[in-house]
Amino acid sequence: MNPAAIAFERVTVRYPGAARNAVDGVSLKLVGGELVVLLGPSGCGKSTLLRTVNRLVPLSAGKVTLDGTDLAELDPVELRRSIGYVIQAVGLFANMNVAQNVGIVPSLLRWNAGAVGERVDELLRLVGLDPATYRARRPNELSGGEAQRVGVARAIAARPRALLMDEPFGAVDVVVRTALQRELIRIVSELQTTTLFVTHDVDEAFRLADRIVVMRDGRIEQVGEPFELFEGPATPYVRDLVHGGDEVYRRYYLRTRELLRAT
Amino acid sequence: MSYLIAHPLRVAVLAAGHLEVVGLALAVALAFAVPLGLVAARRPRIAPWLLGALGAIYTIPSLALLAVLVQTFGLGFAPVFVALVVYAQFMLARNVAAGITGVDAAQVNAARGAGMSPAQVLLRVELPQALPVLIGGVRIATIAMISIATLGGYVGGIGLGVLIFNGLTLHQPAMIVAGSIATCALAIAADALLRLAERAAAVSS
Repeated sequence: MNPAAIAFERVTVRYPGAARNAVDGVSLKLVGGELVVLLGPSGCGKSTLLRTVNRLVPLSAGKVTLDGTDLAELDPVELRRSIGYVIQAVGLFANMNVAQNVGIVPSLLRWNAGAVGERVDELLRLVGLDPATYRARRPNELSGGEAQRVGVARAIAARPRALLMDEPFGAVDVVVRTALQRELIRIVSELQTTTLFVTHDVDEAFRLADRIVVMRDGRIEQVGEPFELFEGPATPYVRDLVHGGDEVYRRYYLRTRELLRAT
Repeated sequence: MSYLIAHPLRVAVLAAGHLEVVGLALAVALAFAVPLGLVAARRPRIAPWLLGALGAIYTIPSLALLAVLVQTFGLGFAPVFVALVVYAQFMLARNVAAGITGVDAAQVNAARGAGMSPAQVLLRVELPQALPVLIGGVRIATIAMISIATLGGYVGGIGLGVLIFNGLTLHQPAMIVAGSIATCALAIAADALLRLAERAAAVSS
C-alpha cells in the first residue's frame, strides 16, 4: 500500500473525569513515508495523540484524516488492520507462537495460509531472526530484544499504510536498543511507511526522526527537523530539552545519526 | 466395602445417576457462569456486588436451599439439579472473571490495535489464556457438586446419596460406607482428570 499522509486538525482528547485535556487542539501533518517522532515527558499527551490514529482513543473534538479520509467515517477494526502498532510492553500473544503472532493481521485479513507462511518468514528475516529457529518459539522463550523484533514484524506484516510506535524500545537495554533503532531506520526506509514514533528519549528522537514534534501539556511546543530544533528552539523549554546550541550535543547527535545510517 | 462387593451393579447405576445430575448441572451452570464472569471482568465496579451476591448464595446451607427448592419443584431430579446449578455459580463465575482479568493488558491492547473485533480479542487472546483458571474453577465446582449431590438421595432418590440415606433409615452401616466411598472415589477421579485438563490447557496457553 502507498504510504499514507496523516493529518491532525485541532485534535482534542479529554478522558472522562480528567481535569484537563490530554491532547489540546493539536494540528499536525505528516507526509507519506516520513518518520515523525513525538517527543515529550510522560503525561504530555504524545501516546494519546498516537492512539487517535488507530482510534484506540476517541476524539473529543477535531478530526484525524488518512489520505484525506476522516477516520471517523471508517470502521475502526478494519482501520486498525491497515495500521501497524508497536507498544513498549510488546504484548505478544502468549497463547500463540512467533509465526502465529507475526501472521495475525494477515490471517485476520484472510490471506491464505501459504501466503501468510511466506510473509512470516520474509518478515522474520527482515527483523534479523532466522525463521527456522524462531517460527515455533513461544513468546516466553524470547529475550526482550527478540520479542520486540517479533513485535515490529507483527506490526508491518500486512504492509500497513502507517506505523504507530509507542516507546517501542523503552524497555530494552541500551545495546539492544541501538541495534533495534538501526534496524528500524533500515526497515522504514525500505518500506517507505509513514511512521509516528513516540518517545521521551531526546537522544532516540535525534537518531530516528525526519521531523520531531515536541509536546508539552497536550500541546505542540515546536515542530521541525532535528537540527532546526537544535539551532532554533522556539521556546526555552525546547532549548533545555534538546540542549540547544550545546556544541558537544550537536556533535553527538550528528555522529549517532550517521552511525545508525552507515551500513 | 462388603456392600460394594456384593452389589457392584447397583452402586454403578447410582454412580451413573450421580454423574448425570452433576454433569448436566455443570453444563447448564457454565452457560450462566461464563457470561456472569465476563460481566464481572468487564465491569470492575459491579464485579464485587455480582460476585458478592453469588458468594452469599453459596453460603446458604445446601439442605436449607433444597428444602426451599422442593417446595417449588417437588421431589426428584429437578430440585437437586437446580441447587447444583445455583451453588456452582460462585466458583465458576469467580474463576472466569479472574482468568479474564489476569490476561496481560498489553496483549489486549496489542490485539485491539492489530484489528481484532471485541469477539476476536475474547476468543483468540483472552479465553485461551483464561482457560487454565476456568478449568480450575470447574474442578473445584465439580468436587463440591459431587458432594452436594449426595443430598439427591434424600430429596430425589437419585445418586449415591440413596445408599447413604437408605443405610441411615435401615440401620445398614455397610450401605452408608459404600455410598460414601463411592462418592469420594468419584470426587477424587474428577479432581485428577480435571487437574490433567488444567495442566494441558496451561501448557498450550
